[in-house]
Amino acid sequence: MSSSTLPASPMVHATGEPDHRRAAGTALWLFIGVATTFFSLFIVAYAMRMDAPDWSPIAMPWQLWLSTALLVAGSLFMQRAGTTATAGNSAQLRPMLVAGGAAAAAFVGSQLWGWQALIDARVLLAGNPAASFFYVLTALHGLHVLGGLVAWSIAAQALSAPAAELPAAAWRVQLCARYWHFLLVVWAVLFAALALLTPEIVRFICGRG
Amino acid sequence: MAYADTDDLHEHHEPQSFITKYVWSQDHKVIAVQYGGTAILVGIVGLVLSNLMRLQIGFPGVFEFINAERYYQFVTMHGMIMVIYLLTALFLGGFGNYLIPLMIGARDMVFPYMNMLSFWVYLLSVIVLMASFFVPGGPTGAGWTLYPPQAILPGTPGWDWGIILMLVSLLIFIVATTMGGLNYVTTVLQARCEGMTLLRMPLSVWGIFVATILALLAFPALFVSGVMMLLDKTLGTSFFMPALVSMGQVSGHKGGSPLLFQHLFWFFGHPEVYIVALPAFGVVSDLISVHARKAIFGYRTMVWAIVIIGALSFVVWAHHMFVSGMNPWFGFFFATSTLIIAVPTAIKVYNWVLTLWRGDIHLTVPMLFTLAFLLTFLSGGLTGLFLGNVSVDIPLSGTYFVVAHFHMVMGVAPLLVVFGGIYHWYPKITGRMLNDTMGKTHFWITFLGTYLIYFPMHYLGVLGMPRRYYNYEGYTFIPPSAHSLNQFITVVALFLGAAQMIYVFNLLWSLKYGEKAPSNPWRACSLEWFTPQTPPKHLNWGPKLPSVHRWAYAFNMPGSREDFIPQNAPASAGGAEPSQEH
Repeated sequence: MSSSTLPASPMVHATGEPDHRRAAGTALWLFIGVATTFFSLFIVAYAMRMDAPDWSPIAMPWQLWLSTALLVAGSLFMQRAGTTATAGNSAQLRPMLVAGGAAAAAFVGSQLWGWQALIDARVLLAGNPAASFFYVLTALHGLHVLGGLVAWSIAAQALSAPAAELPAAAWRVQLCARYWHFLLVVWAVLFAALALLTPEIVRFICGRG
Repeated sequence: MAYADTDDLHEHHEPQSFITKYVWSQDHKVIAVQYGGTAILVGIVGLVLSNLMRLQIGFPGVFEFINAERYYQFVTMHGMIMVIYLLTALFLGGFGNYLIPLMIGARDMVFPYMNMLSFWVYLLSVIVLMASFFVPGGPTGAGWTLYPPQAILPGTPGWDWGIILMLVSLLIFIVATTMGGLNYVTTVLQARCEGMTLLRMPLSVWGIFVATILALLAFPALFVSGVMMLLDKTLGTSFFMPALVSMGQVSGHKGGSPLLFQHLFWFFGHPEVYIVALPAFGVVSDLISVHARKAIFGYRTMVWAIVIIGALSFVVWAHHMFVSGMNPWFGFFFATSTLIIAVPTAIKVYNWVLTLWRGDIHLTVPMLFTLAFLLTFLSGGLTGLFLGNVSVDIPLSGTYFVVAHFHMVMGVAPLLVVFGGIYHWYPKITGRMLNDTMGKTHFWITFLGTYLIYFPMHYLGVLGMPRRYYNYEGYTFIPPSAHSLNQFITVVALFLGAAQMIYVFNLLWSLKYGEKAPSNPWRACSLEWFTPQTPPKHLNWGPKLPSVHRWAYAFNMPGSREDFIPQNAPASAGGAEPSQEH
């Protein structure tokens, strides 16, 4: 009548205890899902607000292209750091990890430089809804980058411990790499929305074009 | 911290000091009690606020301290406290924290430190919310939906500091919920013990699991709208604020869309109903099965119904906005999707009733609350069918019919489950039974009292009595009998509110004087009743995790020595779930 074999849960360790690395990986995917929902809703709100008659677009500061290049570089460095960590190549890992973190930090600096350029051009937070969305969206994305840098510093600290075994700590670097790629994708979509989306496109999407 | 190998277990010492054991604790059971205790305390504040509102409606002008401003502040804070800070926190932070690891055979949540932070951040959000009672102008009186533009304009109570603290508190709460939610979902996915497949999990875990996913995907909408409204209020942006003249002054805002806020709010707000309801559905399913000594009818359909209801809850939000005006095709779409949700919900109700049919029903206190839930949810759900139709909703939307509907379906019904659940699991949490006489007294007063309060409100609504009014005097279309009915409702509400102290007293009294609880007093099958100690010790299971061989509903199996077979009894004991039978 009943099955005598145990259908094992696929995620448990040989001892029956859960694997912390897999759990962290799952949690990161979930967080990416939450953050994707968050930014998607903001973009929908941006598009809906754009339909109002007082909308006037703002010119994107050139610094955003530098920011984009820095985030692409950061993503590549972190990817490389992840693969070298898995391979156990500690000599290459450290510079790649540092470069990945530095590129992300420089991204935040470049974004602030872009903000300064807009402020100098008298484009302020409350003056124009396009500017309001620009500052809020870039700030929230920047906060996600800073959060990533906190996780990055924890990974770097784990790797610099004297007794650290590289393969055992490699998963932290891989998770950082995954998050860096996510930050890049979010930024690419945000930048495209901020620079390219127009009220005409929104009206077309809503069937009123 | 999770445990990659047994060495880690030795490193994870049991906390010894009072602070690490009971205050700064990373144990899911302690965190659950912290969450539950805080939620109940803040819920008592919400209850007192509702009684103050009723004093004004029943006896207008008698209590001079309840002026119009305070009345709206009571309404707003009552709504927000009950929906967010009581029910959401209690079901996810309280029940979720206690039950998930114990029911799936885990030692703790997979990230105990983050779990601890989740509670303390929740507590911070409660403190910020409560602080708004003490700031100049008092708490916000914008209504729990906080609609702009009025929420942040002069003339609305608490338009200055109150609304800012409310928004900040909500943003903090969402951070707490996200930290907790990531933990609960990951724990269910990654820390189930050997043999605990997803389709062997008790329905309580399924309900909490899907509700947590809803929370993770819905709360960002509240976060987005909260951030934008905070900026509109503090830095003068115009996300939601249109150009307008306020108090004779032209405001600096222009072009913002109040409707945009409503869309974002209800994109969160409707799934929020199910964030509260799905855990209640799950817990009720387990309580019915245990106390009727019968396997839950249609376990798999129950699971699928939970998942489908969760998914559908994201495409019905605009039924809260029928009176805001929308394209008729939109109205048609949202009315249709709303009515479609009734299908999986009705399946659940049928399955609960079919579980009771020919069951060996024990009228214990948890079962009484469960049966009361069935009736209340059915009643509240049926009035939802009225309000889901645009043409019926529009005349009823501004009346007490809506107050009656949502209090029955998402206020009273889930609270009955909270009570039933606590009466059921209190013996495991504390090692003592709750007093039965006090429990039954509390049940009958609560059950009958809520019906005496909310049933007449349907009538008042159909009569056309508007909700949200501070004072009903001088309206000729409201007959004197409606005023008498309001007095009656107020008297019952005061009595019912005071009677809840029986419950609080029982919780505290039984902690010390309650009868000592056996490890499995209700003779249930699910894992939490088979911990080596009651209450369960740190890490729950002793040196070895349990192995599971069947579902949690093996009651009254033919040939079995007892009328239940534990989930972790050897496979040879039989009682496998229907899909395993050949």
